Amino acid sequence: MTPTRRALVLVSVGGALGALARYGLLRAFPVGAGTFPTTTFVINVVGAFVLTVLLEWLVRRGTPEHWLRVFVGIGVLGAFTTFSTFATELALLWRDHERSTAIAYAVASVVVGVLAVHLGLLVTGWRRATPLPDEGES
Amino acid sequence: MHEVGLVVGVAIAGAVGAPARFLIERVIRTRWPADWPWGTFLVNVSGSLALGLVVGIVLAQGVDADVRTVVGTGFLGAYTTFSAYAYETVRVGTVPRRGLAAGYALGSVAASVLAAVLGLVIAGAW
Repeated sequence: MTPTRRALVLVSVGGALGALARYGLLRAFPVGAGTFPTTTFVINVVGAFVLTVLLEWLVRRGTPEHWLRVFVGIGVLGAFTTFSTFATELALLWRDHERSTAIAYAVASVVVGVLAVHLGLLVTGWRRATPLPDEGES
Repeated sequence: MHEVGLVVGVAIAGAVGAPARFLIERVIRTRWPADWPWGTFLVNVSGSLALGLVVGIVLAQGVDADVRTVVGTGFLGAYTTFSAYAYETVRVGTVPRRGLAAGYALGSVAASVLAAVLGLVIAGAW
């Protein structure tokens, strides 16, 4: 199998698992219309933290292109977290005149998401001097 | 749709959405290298427009809600991503380029929400 085909299979299987996990959580913890979308918020923040720990750990052990980056990072976590649901939930909250909830949801997602990444950098022992990986992350 | 059918549908849709993101992101990054993560940005904005459309036709046009589950939660949920967005926001700002990080963080949210609104408007659900 060519490297690209192998990567596509890994991302595909990971994507199915990530989407199923998110769907299962949304079924278990449904969010009512007009309320803060806690389920998507927690999924996105947790996914951002785990992705950071994974990527930084792989960089530190000198294998940034490890198959786990493709399978778990781009596949599972990329599919587990979602931006389209976040954006559409925001739009619907705004449409339904739940403006303060919409603003709280937007601010909380961005701020806590960024904090989750910083926490991930902290627990993996990141220092400012760490060079950027050669390749951008997807 | 039967419960099992929905689960299978979400799995298959996720198995297509994630590699679509992977390929588009990689093509954009290799063809047009830039500090700004254009790949993730365009994936997230286009996916938000599409989800606004899907949710809109389900809400306003009486289309079966299973479409929202499979196409919205499954395909578009897996196609778009928040984890890479948050990671990139922090990473592009490490070499002190806080402006770029803030622009990416806020620009992604603003453009995606406007895209979702546009989708809802086109579908007649606004």
